[in-house]
Amino acid sequence: MPKVIYIEAEGKTHEIELPLGATFMEGAVQNDVKGIIAECGGSCMCATCHVYVDDAYLNLLPEMEEEEDEMLEGTIAQRTANSRLGCQVRASKALDGIILRIPKEK
Amino acid sequence: MKKRVVIIGAGHGGVQAASTLREEGFEGEIIMISDELDAPYQKPPLSKGYLQGKQNAQAILFRSENYYNDNAIDLKLGVRVAKIDSEKNEINLSDGAVIAYNYLIIATGACNRRLRFNGHIAEKVYYLRNFSDAKMIEEKINPASHIVIIGGGFIGLELAALAVEKNKKVTVIETEDRLMKRVLPETLSKVFYETHVAHGVEMILGVSVVDIIDGKKIKLSDGNEIDADLILAGIGVIVESELTENSEVLFNNGIVVNPFQQTNIENIYAIGDCANHYNPFAKKSLRLESVQNAVDQAKVAAAHIVERPFEYNTVPWFWTNQYHLKLQMAGISFGFDEAIIRQSPKPECFSVYYFKEEKLIGVDSLNRPADHLNARKLLTAGISPSKMEVADFEFNLSGLLKQEI
Repeated sequence: MPKVIYIEAEGKTHEIELPLGATFMEGAVQNDVKGIIAECGGSCMCATCHVYVDDAYLNLLPEMEEEEDEMLEGTIAQRTANSRLGCQVRASKALDGIILRIPKEK
Repeated sequence: MKKRVVIIGAGHGGVQAASTLREEGFEGEIIMISDELDAPYQKPPLSKGYLQGKQNAQAILFRSENYYNDNAIDLKLGVRVAKIDSEKNEINLSDGAVIAYNYLIIATGACNRRLRFNGHIAEKVYYLRNFSDAKMIEEKINPASHIVIIGGGFIGLELAALAVEKNKKVTVIETEDRLMKRVLPETLSKVFYETHVAHGVEMILGVSVVDIIDGKKIKLSDGNEIDADLILAGIGVIVESELTENSEVLFNNGIVVNPFQQTNIENIYAIGDCANHYNPFAKKSLRLESVQNAVDQAKVAAAHIVERPFEYNTVPWFWTNQYHLKLQMAGISFGFDEAIIRQSPKPECFSVYYFKEEKLIGVDSLNRPADHLNARKLLTAGISPSKMEVADFEFNLSGLLKQEI
């Protein structure tokens, strides 16, 4: 199973193996990673699963759809070139070892 | 001595209350009781991703299997609370057990209103509320070819959209003269109506159902009859008073709470769909049926228990997904005196801004998620753009927020 490394805003690190196809949001919420709220349950409605993807993995991610792009415009923490919504990206072999940083203040 | 919090209900509110208590450092016992057999799961995906086959049972769970154990949350599934004894600070369970509490949080949600004819509940009509309902509908929907949905509200229409995606013949019957009339203006009802019709849904508006025979034949108020393989209904929810009936807890269109979610009994809280609260955005007492309300009220109740109290004061928001239409609602637009449309250059992408006495009170956004998130920030900050600014798509509304900071 692909491994995902979540780094909370306060620095706590979680290394979690996710089933193939599970979203990064699901992995975070189900394993109690702080700062990923996912109020809408993965419908791309609330932008509370905002993460910063480590540079090394950025280009390996599937391109974002327009709705994710728009939602990211309204996140609470600052959007950067590394911003994605955790509910829109799924664990895969190619992304094994990916590092996701959780922004401060949701 | 260690304090004990008992939470009745393991939906969005119940699970959030337990999590927040632990996050806030509550060290006492937490017992969470659910009358369902399924491990706690999220409700919105039931009528969307789950029944569409895009999210499986595992994906919709709130937490991993180990979470409850790891966080010392004693989850009791498949039991009902029969009675609350606020004198003794204990509850009686359906299996005969008695549990004492220091704090009780009632997060029991609401239940579906059911169709009744001649004093009897209509048989073989299926409703969606819980995971077990979704599994039942999943099983029934596959062999059916003509599905009739009673009720043109959010749930009914989400079910219609997913039945269409499964290549079913779909008929929707709605008593009102337009869809989602209770919550949407005519402009938006129209977009949804046209989209459903374009997808082949037969819409019957302004007509009510007068009888249902054996879950197969529907008799309408205009004298027509419709044959169906499967009848689904989404005609609103009610909060039952049963749980609080023989207790001292005050019930009046839900369990009455103060801004800290306390009921009239100070160590009993109510949160989510079942809580009748004064809402500062609606400027009146009401119940809200939404994930946002359940989650945010859970945080308020938990914070009060750990003695770091703050009042419930969050902008209400709701959403529905049907086909390619994504509708997000912020604030409470009830009682508006003017609605201004902010139209993007793209079709089916606009937001409606509602004003009351020149003040922005709510925004409905259709395929405009950025407008929605921005609207929630404006409403939270109490910033009203002018009607001219709203109507001008070139005007940058989020700029108003930056000025404040």
